[in-house]
Amino acid sequence: MTSTVVIDKAAPTRTVKYGSMSRDRAWALRWSYFFLGLFAIFSLVPPLYMLITSLKSSAEISAATNPWWVFHPTLSNYVALLSSNQFLRFFWNSALVSIFVVTITMLISVPAAFALARMRFWGSATLATGVFLTYLIPDSLLFIPLFKMFALFGDWTGIPLINRWYVLLIIYPTLTVPFCTWIMIGYFASIPKELDEAAIIDGASWFQTLTRIFIPVAMPGLIAATIFAFTVSWAQFLYPLVFTTSTDQLVLPVGIITTLIKGDVFNWGQIMTGALLGAAPPLIIYAFLMDYYIAGLTAGATKG
Amino acid sequence: MADVALRKVIKRYDDVEAVRGIDLDIADHEFVVLVGPSGCGKSTTLRMIAGLEDITDGDIIIGGDVVNDVPPKDRDIAMVFQNYALYPHMTVAENMSFGLRLKHYPKSEIKTRVTEAARMLDITDLIDRKPKQLSGGQRQRVAMGRAIVRNPKVFLFDEPLSNLDAKLRVQMRIEIKKVHQKVRTTTVYVTHDQVEAMTLADRVVVMNHGRIEQIGTPNDLYHNPATRFVAGFIGSPAMNFVPCRLEDVAGRLHIRLTDRIAFQLPPSRATRYQGVARNEKLLLGLRPEHVTEAKAYPEPGIEAFDAVLDVTEPMGMETLIYFTLEGAQICGRVNPNAGARDGGPLRLAVDLNNMHLLNEVTGAVL
Repeated sequence: MTSTVVIDKAAPTRTVKYGSMSRDRAWALRWSYFFLGLFAIFSLVPPLYMLITSLKSSAEISAATNPWWVFHPTLSNYVALLSSNQFLRFFWNSALVSIFVVTITMLISVPAAFALARMRFWGSATLATGVFLTYLIPDSLLFIPLFKMFALFGDWTGIPLINRWYVLLIIYPTLTVPFCTWIMIGYFASIPKELDEAAIIDGASWFQTLTRIFIPVAMPGLIAATIFAFTVSWAQFLYPLVFTTSTDQLVLPVGIITTLIKGDVFNWGQIMTGALLGAAPPLIIYAFLMDYYIAGLTAGATKG
Repeated sequence: MADVALRKVIKRYDDVEAVRGIDLDIADHEFVVLVGPSGCGKSTTLRMIAGLEDITDGDIIIGGDVVNDVPPKDRDIAMVFQNYALYPHMTVAENMSFGLRLKHYPKSEIKTRVTEAARMLDITDLIDRKPKQLSGGQRQRVAMGRAIVRNPKVFLFDEPLSNLDAKLRVQMRIEIKKVHQKVRTTTVYVTHDQVEAMTLADRVVVMNHGRIEQIGTPNDLYHNPATRFVAGFIGSPAMNFVPCRLEDVAGRLHIRLTDRIAFQLPPSRATRYQGVARNEKLLLGLRPEHVTEAKAYPEPGIEAFDAVLDVTEPMGMETLIYFTLEGAQICGRVNPNAGARDGGPLRLAVDLNNMHLLNEVTGAVL
């Protein structure tokens, strides 16, 4: 009897509350769409402007017409760049550097993360924090001492590092390894401890536990880390600008700037085209691996 | 298959002693259950047998070999975890065969063993599914299957049924017992549930505060508990404890509960407790089934008294009654037709032939 009365009393209050909830929700949705729209415009205008400009001839770019419209569309910029051996060389260098850097990064950071997340050893917690702190040092502080070190190394050993594309394979991992290790530590930590204990009892070594259990289970995190490493090495500008100078050693971002700007002459059409073409590979990779990337970034949010 | 022995095993974390010197002999083929409240050291003990925890001091012996420094994979044990710990990216068959594949068993042998175990556990239809597609009970079966195919010396179970709902737990309990009857592998099973311990075990090891309180068969522990902890832990509803004193009335030994209520002890008990000091603070331990409605005819050792019930709980085949005596809540089991009702009076009888007498200070059963 008593409980029935309570329900009767509560019923009208609840109805009112549901109403106000859905009104709140509707407003929240409107605001979120407004700001999302604003943000989309903000981030999509530059690539759109790049696309428009890349379809114009130099004459049309410098003409005093509406800059947001193409009156005489032309593919000449694309033809010029894609038939230029120099541009293809930049592209090739970028691809080579990125693939190597991703490989090196993964080979170091995955085992490192596994060790730091799972193998309790003296100082492992401190080391894990240290890895993260490394990432906080701004790279623009380091290029001068690094340049000096590499130059000295060249003098002492006779192995040239300055102005060689492979110097980037030494430098980029200092940026990618800490962050990827950090991502993977987080992902590995979300794997229940019983899983590796079960594997150990089943007779797996640490290495087998890593390769046969942890890597497959942590695949989304692994892909997120891979994408990150690729993006960092593909888009890196400061280090290649400092460490490489000969045109056959340049990567794409630096190559575009140094070869398409001659003195005070800016070849805007080709610069925009080059930037657009350079943005394509990460874009394609994101599109294919987006689901994995999101799953990786939200690891541990839900129970596996 | 092998016997397992623990010799003065101690586990110390920094300044906490989780396991304080355990001696335990487990015979070949035996099913031993470690039971106790959380934090009593039972899981730590199991993990030390598995090799997942180092032991601080003492020896662990499996099949005659001291394995203190032997890594888990070389101890030839299999373990079933509370959260199943199935490899999520592998199918049921791959999960079960993982250990065998690591040891490079021939494919045909692996297939035979997996098929055999799957049939025993009734999961043949699920063999190609991923753990995600299985229910809790099915996952637990797979976890057991993974242990069975290895054909190890010892099975270790770490609260394997705690994640299941009550009904499934009862079902899987029977399942585990059946499996043990078939494979006869030495088993150490950890649980906090005394019903699980009683139903599964050949022998139960009751642990508390990192020590073994008592080891015995389920019936032994139930009828002859050694300490107050065991007496109160084993059995559901739990044993009643009432403060009491011994008294000599007209040359016969009596037990006095309140100013009004004192019972004469039956001859067997009287001889047993004759030597106990009369001024000692004691506890009368009585199981609920020994507190019943008064019978029409008297029997030796069965003493009647009147009580006013606080609460009654009809269970169908019996009614649980609760009343208060000297500040202690007493639970009894009466016939549903005995006329017990909330707040009502009832003439009750206690069976002193099955009583226990405990020292209130030391908790020892006298």
